[in-house]
Amino acid sequence: MNWQGWAEIALTLGLALALGWPLGVFMSRVWNGEKTWLDPVLRPVERVFYAATGVDPNKSQSWIGYGASLIAFNLFGFVLLYAMLRLQGVLPLNPQGFAGVTPDLAFNTAVSFVTNTNWQNYGGETTMSHFTQMAGLTVQNFVSAATGAAIAAALARAFAGNKLSGVGNFWADLVRTTLYVLLPLSIVFGVALIGTGVVQNFAASVTATTLDGANQTISVAPAASQLAIKQLGINGGGIFNVNSAHPFENPSPLSNLLTAVAINTLGWAAFFAFGRTAIARKDIRALATAAILILAAGASVIYVTESQPAPALVAAGVENPVYMEGKETRFGIASTAAWAAQTTGASNGSVNGMHDSFSPLGGGMAMLLMMLGEILPGGIGSGIAIMVVMAVLSVFVAGLMVGRTPEYLGKKIEAREIQFAMVALLIVPLSTLGFAALTVAWPGALASLFNPGAHGLSELLYAYTSATANNGSAFGGISANVPWWNTTLGFAMLLGRFVPIVAVLAIAGSLAAKPKLAPSAGTLPTQGTLFVGLLIGIIIILGALQYFPALALGPIVEHFQVLEALGAN
Amino acid sequence: MTVMDLPPDDTKPTRLADSFSPAMLGRAVGEAFVKLDPRKLLGNPVILATELVAALATISAVAGYAGGIGDGAFPTAIAVWLWATVLFANFAESIAEGRGKAAADSLRATRTTTKAKLIVDEKQGLIVPTPAHELGLGQIILVEAGDIIPVDGEIIEGVASVNEAAITGESAPVIRESGGDRSAVTGGTTVVSDWIKVRVTAQPGSTFLDRMIAMVEGADRRKTPNEIALAVLLAGLTLIFLIAVVTLLGFAAYSGIELDPVVLGALFVCLIPTTIGGLLSAVGIAGMDRLLKVNVLATSGRAVEAAGDVDTLLLDKTGTITFGNRMATEVIPVTGIREEVAFRAAVMASLGDETPEGRSIVELGRTKGLSVTAPAGGTVIPFSATTRLSGLDAEGKSWRKGSVDAVLKLIGRSEADMPAQFRQSVEKIARSGGTPLAVVEGNNLVGVIHLKDVVKPGVAARFADLRKMGLRTVMITGDNPVTAAAIAAEAGVDDFLAEATPEDKLRLIREEQGKGRLVAMCGDGANDAPALAQADVGVAMQTGAQAAREAGNMVDLDSDPTKVIEIVEVGKQMLITRGALTTFSIANDVAKYFAIIPALFVTVLPQLQALNIMGLTSPESAILSAVIFNALVIVALIPLALRGVKYRAVGAGALLSRNLLIYGLGGLVAPFIGIKIIDVILTAFGLV
Repeated sequence: MNWQGWAEIALTLGLALALGWPLGVFMSRVWNGEKTWLDPVLRPVERVFYAATGVDPNKSQSWIGYGASLIAFNLFGFVLLYAMLRLQGVLPLNPQGFAGVTPDLAFNTAVSFVTNTNWQNYGGETTMSHFTQMAGLTVQNFVSAATGAAIAAALARAFAGNKLSGVGNFWADLVRTTLYVLLPLSIVFGVALIGTGVVQNFAASVTATTLDGANQTISVAPAASQLAIKQLGINGGGIFNVNSAHPFENPSPLSNLLTAVAINTLGWAAFFAFGRTAIARKDIRALATAAILILAAGASVIYVTESQPAPALVAAGVENPVYMEGKETRFGIASTAAWAAQTTGASNGSVNGMHDSFSPLGGGMAMLLMMLGEILPGGIGSGIAIMVVMAVLSVFVAGLMVGRTPEYLGKKIEAREIQFAMVALLIVPLSTLGFAALTVAWPGALASLFNPGAHGLSELLYAYTSATANNGSAFGGISANVPWWNTTLGFAMLLGRFVPIVAVLAIAGSLAAKPKLAPSAGTLPTQGTLFVGLLIGIIIILGALQYFPALALGPIVEHFQVLEALGAN
Repeated sequence: MTVMDLPPDDTKPTRLADSFSPAMLGRAVGEAFVKLDPRKLLGNPVILATELVAALATISAVAGYAGGIGDGAFPTAIAVWLWATVLFANFAESIAEGRGKAAADSLRATRTTTKAKLIVDEKQGLIVPTPAHELGLGQIILVEAGDIIPVDGEIIEGVASVNEAAITGESAPVIRESGGDRSAVTGGTTVVSDWIKVRVTAQPGSTFLDRMIAMVEGADRRKTPNEIALAVLLAGLTLIFLIAVVTLLGFAAYSGIELDPVVLGALFVCLIPTTIGGLLSAVGIAGMDRLLKVNVLATSGRAVEAAGDVDTLLLDKTGTITFGNRMATEVIPVTGIREEVAFRAAVMASLGDETPEGRSIVELGRTKGLSVTAPAGGTVIPFSATTRLSGLDAEGKSWRKGSVDAVLKLIGRSEADMPAQFRQSVEKIARSGGTPLAVVEGNNLVGVIHLKDVVKPGVAARFADLRKMGLRTVMITGDNPVTAAAIAAEAGVDDFLAEATPEDKLRLIREEQGKGRLVAMCGDGANDAPALAQADVGVAMQTGAQAAREAGNMVDLDSDPTKVIEIVEVGKQMLITRGALTTFSIANDVAKYFAIIPALFVTVLPQLQALNIMGLTSPESAILSAVIFNALVIVALIPLALRGVKYRAVGAGALLSRNLLIYGLGGLVAPFIGIKIIDVILTAFGLV
């Protein structure tokens, strides 16, 4: 550890937050249908979409209508992507001549990209054609991110309004977020990435002659264009197997910094956009404060634990025996720690180092950040939406202590809200722990694990945590491209995505219909330090405590075993 | 239309709800066992789950003894303490219900069984004795001195003094008469003098007394909206921990650990929020009880909850903010008249005046050292609406006081030729919201009396407290805007409504509610009924009109309009207590994990001993200590649940930080200490 490392972590985290602010204001204008400087160019394009589909963008939908549109759109996207994966062999732009994808992997992959998870049970450069990458996966990278943003927009409107019957128009939210926010930013960012040396071409591979004179075939791809939305859309699916540890996807410290910042930027932007649309900027700033504090703590823990001596290296008598296995020397420990925290806190599945090789507590922390519900700052919109659910629960539990029935942002929190908040909260452990425990019992399922003992349990637990949280990053250490894992991980992703979405929309519908109450001196303050502290406490107690027994048998016991091994040396 | 001032009784009014008696405790213990019936626990998933685990542990313990597998003592101890947890929770509810039941019993005793005198033919005065329960709506009965009024009704003829102690606990009789707002009578009260004819307005079985009994007994107690929401949260948490514990079976199997189902059950019970689950209904009942203690009846728990949420208080000026009578505060002499002359004239003019205003003038004179006795043979000129003045003729002189224009007219002067200094005094008094009374001796204008609506002492401080709690106070008065503004400023209310009609009140309430505020008010007149019904918390006075009592969702048996402030405080206190116990309960989980998790796994994974930060003796003692702590904490918190968390009138921020510190941080720390202490005791006595 050194000050440069800490500065690097602070810079990466801080830049993302700082950029998120102005972008959030812009995003809120887009959600609200206000004027933007892109209007002259994009307004006509937007109108084409509505004219072609017959959608009236000004017609506010009830939460059920909004949810039905969302589900229908995502179902359509799933079917399309599944078909594309299966029929890959006969589709164009396939210079490598890859065959169609097997049914279980196609299911897993289609679900993965539709749910904004980007869990990859395949190696990109050995499985997917350029066409699949660009027309299938990248398209979902855009629209799944816009879907997440849409639910935040709906929820924000519900808080802002007074006795509304609708929560907005899903199609308008989808089109506008994609067109005004994701597309322009991706173009700019993609070009910038090409400038840092990320590859962008349609060739199958290039051939190089190594120093020994041998021929080496190196895969290439249209990487920059996909990488841009992979990070901005908080998706994370790499075009190459080793993701952002690959020199063509992440060639230099500069590209590493840019992409790392991009991982969180739009997540934060959605926070600020929510604040502006819900007319509650200060309240949402408190949520952002809580999120950045937990995220910074997470990054720090990983940085510290990865800088500790690793027992195997100590035993081998290595000079500086820190956890460098699985990390890129180009980036170093601090960059990798910041990246690990940023991605696991933000539902972004990309990695620039192998989490499987982290110290037990470092890997455990990455897992814990996902278990907290992907709210730090999470995916675009989906993060702030669940963060608001946590705020609602905090207000509900502790808010009574000011002697009023709980309210948040001027809306009373009653049985219906709590019911759906609990549904959103409950599905995460049910799917994560449920599938993980089932896998332990399923005959043959454990054969996919590379490691026995506590570390194996961590690999298993991490997989279902990542899938349910729609994160997509892999601990590694599992050969998961088999029917059991493909199927169960697919269902974990579906449950983790759509159950909370429906729950959040139900909350939005219920809140929208309520009168907006005026705050008074007797109203629970949801802006200051006190609330930030309360929120952090609730996030940790309600969001993480249920995983403690499982974590005790995985990373925690492994940590103590490592300490024991170090002591023995 | 006034309540007659009868000499007050020496004995204090008996309150409906008093403290516990040993008999009540005994009854509560008995009921705790009756409530073990799982059907009675269906509404409380947390405690029901605890009972299920307790039953499983019992089976396991029995099987342990019968099969001779290992030692049955440990599962037995766990089973016993799990049953104790359920019993403690049941006991908390029973003891809370106990006070209401006792109050209901005493009310039921006053229900009459005597026969009513039903008037069959009014002209001939034909009266048929009829059992009270056979009376129908609209029938007319005669009630005479000494009779108990059999049902609720409206007086259509007559006037009588009625002892309402059965309902209010106040033994001084009140006057009830036909017409106006004092015409309602309540079944169970007694006519002390005279007779009245009463039209029956309530079916027997749905009278005020019946409703009261139902309310205090809690028969009608449905869960309030916030209680329902909290129950959902608790059920959700129970499910989450069920998932955590059940899936642990799989992970433990993976790690080569065979978990004892009893221990797993114990972990589950420790994690689910048993503390608040066990005390939730007791908190709600105790809230209603605290209202009963200040002699207020709420028709539902919902109303009590709404009271905590109130943003705006509508308060009638008279009786709530001011004493209700204007009082003399000074006498300003006309230029050229000595002050004591003017004072003397004012007192002389008031000697025969028995109104509170008149008495206050004499009283003011006395404090100035002016002791005047009425001259013999004088003639008192009483106030009349036409002359608008009053006074005294004696010893050949005459003194008059009255409204300025009436007095000027009397002495034949026009308003135009008032002395300038006199005019200034009059205007100054009027501007300050007071009432000027001109005083003349013979034909000479001698001064002006300043009559003032006197604000009750301490009112301004009370309103300042309310403001800190986020409550706006709005004063309602029939006074003109100038007078109203002056009193409003003195009392420190946030706003006022002058020259208010009942329609204005209703409009104001709707306006406030439209801005998203909850409104509380009190009222007693029949014309208050629409506003009482519209308000979120409508407190009707027990002495008020029947329509008002039915429109409001609370009845104040003391008929004290300031009570609405106390009601708000009781509502807030109930919500705070509920929140404090919830926070405490959830915060407890952290320590319990540290007790039980290492205990579960340490035999196979000895490295996890590092998590045993409390240094508990053995896995068995750790688990048992956590279970015992979990049970005892319910008992320890029963007094808090019943008494309520102390409420302070400070802002929400200060209140939250204080309560978070005590119940949040306390909830984190307390179980670490408690579990350690129990472990030390168990170890010392060699129990584990």
